[in-house]
Amino acid sequence: MSNAVATFAPAHFTAARRRESALGRRLLIGSALAVVGIFIAAPVILIFYLALQNGIGAYWHNLINNSATLHSIKLTLIVTPIAVVLNTFFGIAAAWLIARFRFKGRTLLTALIDLPFSISPVVVGLMLMLIFGRLGYLGPWLQKMDIHVVFALPGIIMATTFVTLPFVARELIPVMEALGNEEETAAISLGANAWQMFWRVTLPGIKWGLLYGLILCNARAMGEFGAVYVVSGRIENQTTTMPLQVQKLMEQGYDSDAFALASLLTLLALVTLGLKVWLERKTRRQLMTAAASGIVDSNSETQTTVTRNRELEIR
Amino acid sequence: MNRTLPGFRLTLSITLIYLGVLLVVPLAACLFKAAQLGPAAFWAAVWTSRARSAYFLTFSASFISAAITSLLGLLIAWVLVRYEWPLKRVVDSLVDLPLALPTAVAGLAYSALYVENGWFGRFLVPLGIHGTYSRLGIVLVLTFIGLPFAVRAVQPVLESMESDAEEAALLLGASRWQTFWRVILPTLKPALITGFALSFARAIGEYGSVVFVSSNKQGDTEIAPMLIVSKLEQNSYAEATAIALVLLVMSFGMLAFINVLERRSRRHYV
Repeated sequence: MSNAVATFAPAHFTAARRRESALGRRLLIGSALAVVGIFIAAPVILIFYLALQNGIGAYWHNLINNSATLHSIKLTLIVTPIAVVLNTFFGIAAAWLIARFRFKGRTLLTALIDLPFSISPVVVGLMLMLIFGRLGYLGPWLQKMDIHVVFALPGIIMATTFVTLPFVARELIPVMEALGNEEETAAISLGANAWQMFWRVTLPGIKWGLLYGLILCNARAMGEFGAVYVVSGRIENQTTTMPLQVQKLMEQGYDSDAFALASLLTLLALVTLGLKVWLERKTRRQLMTAAASGIVDSNSETQTTVTRNRELEIR
Repeated sequence: MNRTLPGFRLTLSITLIYLGVLLVVPLAACLFKAAQLGPAAFWAAVWTSRARSAYFLTFSASFISAAITSLLGLLIAWVLVRYEWPLKRVVDSLVDLPLALPTAVAGLAYSALYVENGWFGRFLVPLGIHGTYSRLGIVLVLTFIGLPFAVRAVQPVLESMESDAEEAALLLGASRWQTFWRVILPTLKPALITGFALSFARAIGEYGSVVFVSSNKQGDTEIAPMLIVSKLEQNSYAEATAIALVLLVMSFGMLAFINVLERRSRRHYV
């Protein structure tokens, strides 16, 4: 087709078109760069600029000499791994179930897994308050038993886990579907037991996809604000996670401390992006070799499923 | 059903218990609380003038930012797919930044950019444009949050688009604009709508970034999630639940809309 166009198109027509589009192209690229610069790059650069404007010594001082800030970092480092591990176990189980079996209610289950993405974090917090809060359904009983869920660590963990629930499962389902079950079936019929099959066949196949889901889950868990805001009570030195501490510092007027802490979170986002790009390249290559060796039926189809899924990935 | 592979019962029970405890029970509690209220009290909680202006602001700010996002997303996706240029790869991965950046940090940065002595604010505030502590500030930060959805919805469709129809149109004497409007845009329509709906749905529930750029004035820059938080802080759980239910219905409606669209567009193109 393009050859036909080249043959039939008069020379002046193509030349004019090319000139016109060269100018248009520059304009379009320029405006896209401006948009990305204004909306995405500027805020990130500003965070680092404001954090570091008084020198690296002051920056370090702002991070280290504030006990509440240190505590918030510690708390986030406790909450995040728990939420990520819980959602990883769940994600592997759910993906195995949905990608390998056909059963009644499968579509509904898939929709349920996606649900946390479309619930406002604040509403997540509210729902937990309704159950575990002082005035919640279990409130009086919890008080009697002296168990603290809300305004304490368990509540923060539950809120974070809820919000990040879909990440690993959502990432693994298309990967498992793309890889197919031939190798696993072969392993079982050759006498492997379930664990051997999982460790030797399934896990090596999904490892990059799994890592991808983990990284996104981790980034979201560390940065979660709304849900944790509601259930934590924001008690300084007790239930304030990093993002909450950023806000608290701003409220108290410690702007440079706030920006120093925010720069850590921004760094986390940048590292996440870097790893994401690296892993996307890895999974793409893995799927292509799988396709070449005939494990995957149709190369293009599986690739589009995985990429498309990723492209529509919420948050 | 595949009966040779192990683990059906185990994974089914794990999935059901996990989703049940973490997801279904809290959702049920929410519905139960709202049902306890009774229709009259529910209506009274949901339809105060403060709540109405919060819904209106949530809805309109989300709508406007989703519309801006669709336009900018189309521009960025177009430039990423169609042209080769330096920094293209960097820009391509930067587009995902709003997904990875904690929303509180985004709010903080946007607020600092548009205040009177901020990088953008020092030029805009003298012109009377207040990009923070204002409704405009909310739209700006929601646009940031929604941008990746719009770009990533359009990008794969642009990539897989056949150039035949486009070249034919050009050859038959259509101008670049005519080709864009009559040939390219109709093909992109479902993807554009999906991107719009995704960023709209995301914007409706957004809280973390908005608190930083809102002036926290009732009836002016108070969005629905902020109203829920404020009701909770006053211990009026029932009222907060009623408003949350309105918000839930809004975002589930959007989700259903996206699903219908996707199913329809799949039918068209397969």
